[in-house]
Amino acid sequence: MTNAAPSGSSTTRPNTWAQWPDANGRFGAFGGRYVAETLMPLVLDLEQEYIRAKADPKFQEEFDWLLEHYVGRPSPMYYAERLTKHFGGAKIYLKRDELNHTGAHKINNCIGQVLLARRMGKTRIIAETGAGQHGVATATICARFGLPCVVFMGETDVERQKPNVFRMKLLGAEIVPVSSDTGTLKDAMNEALRDWVTNVATTFYVIGTAAGPHPYPMLVRDFQSVIGREAREQILKAEGRLPDVLVAAIGGGSNAIGLFHPFLEDESVKMIGVEAGGHGVDTPMHAASLTGGLPGILHGNRTYLLQDEDGQIIDAHSISAGLDYPGIGPEHAFLHETGRATYRTCTDKEALEAFQLCTRLEGIIPALEPAHALARVGDIAKELGKDGLIVMNMCGRGDKDIFAVAGHLGMKI
Amino acid sequence: MTADRISATFAACAQNGRAAFVAYLMAADPDIETSYLNLVALSEAGADIIELGAPFTDPMADGVAIQKAALRALAAGGSLTVTLELARRFRSVNSKTPLIVMGYANPIHRMGFAAFARAAAEAGVDGVITVDLPPEEDAPLRTELAAHGLAVIRLATPTTTEKRMETVANGSSGFVYYVSVAGVTGAGVGAESDISAGVERARRISKLPVAVGFGVRTPEQAAVFARISDGVVVGSALVEEVRAAVEQGDPGSSVKRISVVAQSLSNAIASARAVRSVH
Ligand SMILES: Cc1ncc(COP(=O)(O)O)c(C=O)c1O
Repeated sequence: MTNAAPSGSSTTRPNTWAQWPDANGRFGAFGGRYVAETLMPLVLDLEQEYIRAKADPKFQEEFDWLLEHYVGRPSPMYYAERLTKHFGGAKIYLKRDELNHTGAHKINNCIGQVLLARRMGKTRIIAETGAGQHGVATATICARFGLPCVVFMGETDVERQKPNVFRMKLLGAEIVPVSSDTGTLKDAMNEALRDWVTNVATTFYVIGTAAGPHPYPMLVRDFQSVIGREAREQILKAEGRLPDVLVAAIGGGSNAIGLFHPFLEDESVKMIGVEAGGHGVDTPMHAASLTGGLPGILHGNRTYLLQDEDGQIIDAHSISAGLDYPGIGPEHAFLHETGRATYRTCTDKEALEAFQLCTRLEGIIPALEPAHALARVGDIAKELGKDGLIVMNMCGRGDKDIFAVAGHLGMKI
Repeated sequence: MTADRISATFAACAQNGRAAFVAYLMAADPDIETSYLNLVALSEAGADIIELGAPFTDPMADGVAIQKAALRALAAGGSLTVTLELARRFRSVNSKTPLIVMGYANPIHRMGFAAFARAAAEAGVDGVITVDLPPEEDAPLRTELAAHGLAVIRLATPTTTEKRMETVANGSSGFVYYVSVAGVTGAGVGAESDISAGVERARRISKLPVAVGFGVRTPEQAAVFARISDGVVVGSALVEEVRAAVEQGDPGSSVKRISVVAQSLSNAIASARAVRSVH
């Protein structure tokens, strides 16, 4: 780590990583509360309520209880022996968050936010979703608590994630297909924000990733940090030492920050996020906002965005609907600029290969999102050599993706 | 100039015993040339102040009408730079009507706050509204705009508490924009009594004029708002005229349509208070 301030940025090297965000919801130069005035009082209320909830042992107890008995936590830490052998380098462990109820890490965050909504007396839940995993998780918790749930989903995503759309309907959620612009995750988020501003008195917006206006990036991170806390304990138990590298896929960054955050003070632990490279970051068809974007303001926060010279948002592309977003959570922008974490990319094609490799070698069908992380794990394992130790977040299972993958492989099912 | 042009306009309207008619159009909608003609038509039809929307791909505070207008504008080559060019062109033929650029933070951030403030001032823009820069976040832009004498018009809404109203009003310049209803542009309109109370809340705290917008469609609604505020903003209803012209395959006819609608809104606002005193 260097002490030099990164060029072109006001971000300074922090004293401790845990101090962020600051009182204004900033991680260095990123984050903030860039919302319409109508939402501002609500966003401030939410922050106060979250501070109270965090200090309330009952809130923590209920959250922990649901994670244990409803989600099935702690998720296992699994030594992937065959993948390790295959790559021939560092030891590879998978944090098995794909075994969670509903099949991904998303539910950790949904439980936390819906418990907050209940504390605030909100009677209606809305959410945006891309792959549908966050929508399914939100619909699930809403069913569990008897709350009406409306999920905004881009038209394109409704089409490519049919099983999850049906799942949400079974769970009693109302799906609103969003047709504006390209009909993907960013459009769903715009529409959710429009609904929220219109129904602000009754409605709680459950944001699905560690982005949005403060306090969302903070509270989503905190709810997802259960992943990293468990991982730290489990790897110490299994290997008697901390890992050399943590690896996670990056959509908005919630599973990655959940894994990374509890390790931030451990200077020896490197962190690598993997962005969706689509057809390649040298083409216009990708979703790598840190690698191929610039700082800007969208959806409530200042962060890296895919944008053109006029500041218009450029559509993201990824084979994975869950990574198909032109922005990234502000804490990752900060970790990137400070150099505490580094970010690589993985193309659609590499992700498909990793998807098949993991399925064949480990009998684990990964979601396309963590398949991106796995593709880079192969390189990192070789870079580290046999003494190295890697923990990768297997943040979701691939059941939702089998139809899309079959299509890409030219198979009919 | 600049912020002064806004104050002078409100003062003149007040002296004539009427509210100001604030008219919104999206820059470069349906195309750059027609958009210019529409601006001129607006001012000739009696718009006292013009809000020029800067198109953005992700207008999350706007309803369908203005979302579609933004997409039409972007498809026609619209941008923040083009918005400022239109402002400059309008200003070269009209030195009286205040021009306010209304848009989202990212294009302005991309240009750079200082560069934008300079370019906007040079183009003859008088004030700026950025929907997604609440008081907590607008200081860097406000500083740059103030250096050029440009106003920052802040939004107050039904959710803005008494205490917050102070924060909103104290950093606003030109006027305070009271959003009539919690919602997006073009949505339904709030109850008159609620709006009236909101406007009064803003007036108690700020010496600035208070204009009301969001959801005003008809001359009748405009007249109601004209009685309780210092200015009435109409956006979606005008933008819908552009859409109708485009859908009829004759984008150029939007000039005539805008003229007619703006004229009737202007008349309704101008006579609103007089009409009431007759009752
Ligand atoms: C399994 C899975 N992983 C990752 C993501 C990406 O989100 P994030 O970066 O917030 O973890 C998603 C989003 O839908 C997902 O479903």
